[in-house]
Amino acid sequence: MSVNQEGSQEAIRRRNWRDIDLRAVAPFVALALLLLVGALVNPNFISINNLANVATRSAFIAIIAVGATFVISSGDLDLSVGAMVAFIASLMILFMNSGVIADPVLMLLAAILFTVVAGALCGLTNGLITTAGKIEPFIATLGTMGIYRGLTTWLSQGGAITLKEPQLQEIYRPAYFGTIFGVPVPIIVILSVTAVAAFILYRTRYGRHVVAVGSNRDVARYSGIFVNRVRTVAFVIQGLCVAAAVLLYVPRLGSTSATTGILWELQAITAVVVGGTALKGGAGRVWGTICGAFILELVGNIMLLSNFISEYLIGAIQGAIIIIAMLVQRSLVRKS
Amino acid sequence: MNTEVVDDAPVVLSARRISKSFSGVQVLFSVDFELRQGEIHALMGENGAGKSTLVKILSGFEQPTSGEILLDGKSVKLPPNGAAEALGIVIIHQEFNLAEHLTVTESLFLGREVTRFGVLDRKFMRAETRRVLDLLGSHVDENAVIGSLSIAEKQMVEIAKAISRDARVVFMDEPTAVLSREETNFLFRLVRKLRDKGTSFVFVSHKLDEVMELTDRVTVLRDGQWIKTAPTSVLDGEAIAQLMVGRELSSLYPAKSEPDVDEEVVLRVASVSTGYVRDASFEVRRGEILGFSGMIGSGRTELMEAIVGLRSRLAGEVLVRGQPVPSGDVHAINKAGLAYMTKDRKAKGLLLNTGMMANLTLQSLGRHSRIGYLDPGSEEAALVKARRRFDIRVRDDKIVAGRMSGGNQQKLLLAKVMETDPGIIIIDEPTRGIDVGTKQQIYHFISALARDGRSIIVVSSEMPEIIGLCSRVVVMREGHIAGILEGDEISEQEIMRYAAGLKRKTAA
Ligand SMILES: Nc1ncnc2c1ncn2[C@@H]1O[C@H](COP(=O)(O)OP(=O)(O)OP(=O)(O)O)[C@@H](O)[C@H]1O
Ligand SMILES: [Mg+2]
Repeated sequence: MSVNQEGSQEAIRRRNWRDIDLRAVAPFVALALLLLVGALVNPNFISINNLANVATRSAFIAIIAVGATFVISSGDLDLSVGAMVAFIASLMILFMNSGVIADPVLMLLAAILFTVVAGALCGLTNGLITTAGKIEPFIATLGTMGIYRGLTTWLSQGGAITLKEPQLQEIYRPAYFGTIFGVPVPIIVILSVTAVAAFILYRTRYGRHVVAVGSNRDVARYSGIFVNRVRTVAFVIQGLCVAAAVLLYVPRLGSTSATTGILWELQAITAVVVGGTALKGGAGRVWGTICGAFILELVGNIMLLSNFISEYLIGAIQGAIIIIAMLVQRSLVRKS
Repeated sequence: MNTEVVDDAPVVLSARRISKSFSGVQVLFSVDFELRQGEIHALMGENGAGKSTLVKILSGFEQPTSGEILLDGKSVKLPPNGAAEALGIVIIHQEFNLAEHLTVTESLFLGREVTRFGVLDRKFMRAETRRVLDLLGSHVDENAVIGSLSIAEKQMVEIAKAISRDARVVFMDEPTAVLSREETNFLFRLVRKLRDKGTSFVFVSHKLDEVMELTDRVTVLRDGQWIKTAPTSVLDGEAIAQLMVGRELSSLYPAKSEPDVDEEVVLRVASVSTGYVRDASFEVRRGEILGFSGMIGSGRTELMEAIVGLRSRLAGEVLVRGQPVPSGDVHAINKAGLAYMTKDRKAKGLLLNTGMMANLTLQSLGRHSRIGYLDPGSEEAALVKARRRFDIRVRDDKIVAGRMSGGNQQKLLLAKVMETDPGIIIIDEPTRGIDVGTKQQIYHFISALARDGRSIIVVSSEMPEIIGLCSRVVVMREGHIAGILEGDEISEQEIMRYAAGLKRKTAA
């Protein structure tokens, strides 16, 4: 291949900047455009305060969507996350209300541990039903979605479950409303969860395996990868992310009901797809995902601040976003 | 061969000064090519020479960056994505292009379904499919789902699909790479018949003997450039090989080295049975190259997959260095130092949407990580080394595996398996789609591994390969071991006798 050495040298230089993967960059470009539009619509929009608010509010979806990035990259899908939030949050509050531990600080720590374990177990259940039970993830998690939601309704007897202990409430509140060095805690949580997730996905053996399993299960199997284990662990990671979201959710309102987290699964999946992860698996973009979650929240915010679109249309707009994101992705793929 | 016949036949399709670049990297340099009516034209060249690219351009699947294509002497722009079929140009892709969920009949008639009164005429389509498959001597069931077929069967369907279209020009990109000798013979018979009726064929292959046997003219490409076009009858295999490689080739096979009789037995397979394979027993010694021969469908791959744990065993034992290994546990077997290289590089070997590095290290990430944390530097170094060791040639370092030329994919797959540093390696079809020059490299590589004290099992449908490399040959037939040949017994005739069931011996 020495014939065209200079030719290809030249070509390599030219490619360097084409190398930037348009799909990875697209969500950030969209975000920048949105910020610009927002600033034009209403000068208050671009204020640090407003943006920090938006970011804080996107925390639940962002964190759940980070977990969904793993599940989707490995070629699966989890529809149960919204119901899981309601279920685990109910369990957590009931646990704190039970008063088994008198000391409030210890009680809170135990409740956090309890929530994390519950999240992991819910994820594990989803994982085992899909892999060991060999049921399509769409159906399996549609089933558990019904189960988690139904259990929540039963636990709350159709009403709300509210944190009773005022002292607990008091020490737990800062987990959502507090700030560290002026940065709201939820934003710090989003960034740390994403950083850990990015490390796992891009820098560990497990992350490589997730992508391999998502792009071709046979190749993964022939390479000695335990395909089902990788898939199950992705569901467990999803469960842990849901638990993390619950840990932020409970101190916010101190109560849950059967309607908590409704349609969150759709928002999480939208965030993942808008972020540039392929729905058919085989590539994950964690930073893109939180960018996607932020975009979803921003759109809502812009609609609130502007006066020309009714905020009752938010759902419709978010639905349109996922379709547009898919179209953009498709056209970028064709070009490369 | 009837070269006289086509000498003054009109030119059907030709390429003039065709160049092609992929995102700035040029792979074809002003290539000329001419296809006459009623000829079989071989297109040869090393891996990555640009054969598939040229074929895709001439069938409309890629557009040239510059240059023109003439059909019946008139300049045309071929319509993309197989629409050139309407002009009578069809292609049998090197990569399979079949939808996994369709049946054989549905695939054959995809896009040109036959209807009666607006309703699909399934009966007719099935009968027609059967007819074409019978012409090819293929036993594939016309109602089978594509996903359930073996690669050879898929290739047959792909061929049947192209041939059933009454084309004027048929491009065949390595159609025989996965076929047995018999299937190839059937194909050739049919191709000759169609040629005599005036159809033109372009035949891309790395099998010199087939090119000599079938084709009328040969065009050789090297590094994306046209080197020579000549009647096949004035060339011989040696000459073609030299034109391709651009240098003289020394002997293809290295000298055989047999292990001592008292060498340690590293792999013992005792009475292994799976669904199809029954009661297979053999052993491999340290430093040995053991061949596995037999017809396609004789159960070789199934047996190998059962040995390495990709399939569970119904009965029998596998012992690596005296230690039994569990059934159906690939991981444990890799750990024991046994590795398997699949023959299905597209579906089971490589992640096609992923770059070279992630593919190379996928099976051996443990070597590049500390407590699960990957070290990109160490992976990078492994890639540099593997590219040198296996002579993997790409013009663009960031290329995804699916866009590499077929032969370079094969080398990457071999490199990937060797990354696990196995003591025993099972290689299923080591040189599928690989050019002569690289074949020679791979044979010497295998032989060097054996001299180094490793053991290699070579499963191959290419008889010369088995004969040239192996010191012992196991012949399989219909799911059982028909015989194990040694020394002077290893010859084409003898292997065929066992493979065809004319002769059998139970214990070696
Ligand atoms: N879609 C593509 N994008 C980028 N590069 C490509 C693409 N298709 C082919 N190439 C490059 O073009 C060159 C020629 O490839 P091609 O597949 O034509 O080789 P070939 O002669 O058919 O080789 P083989 O015998 O291995 O099949 C290779 O370097 C390959 O990597
Ligand atoms: Mg090719």
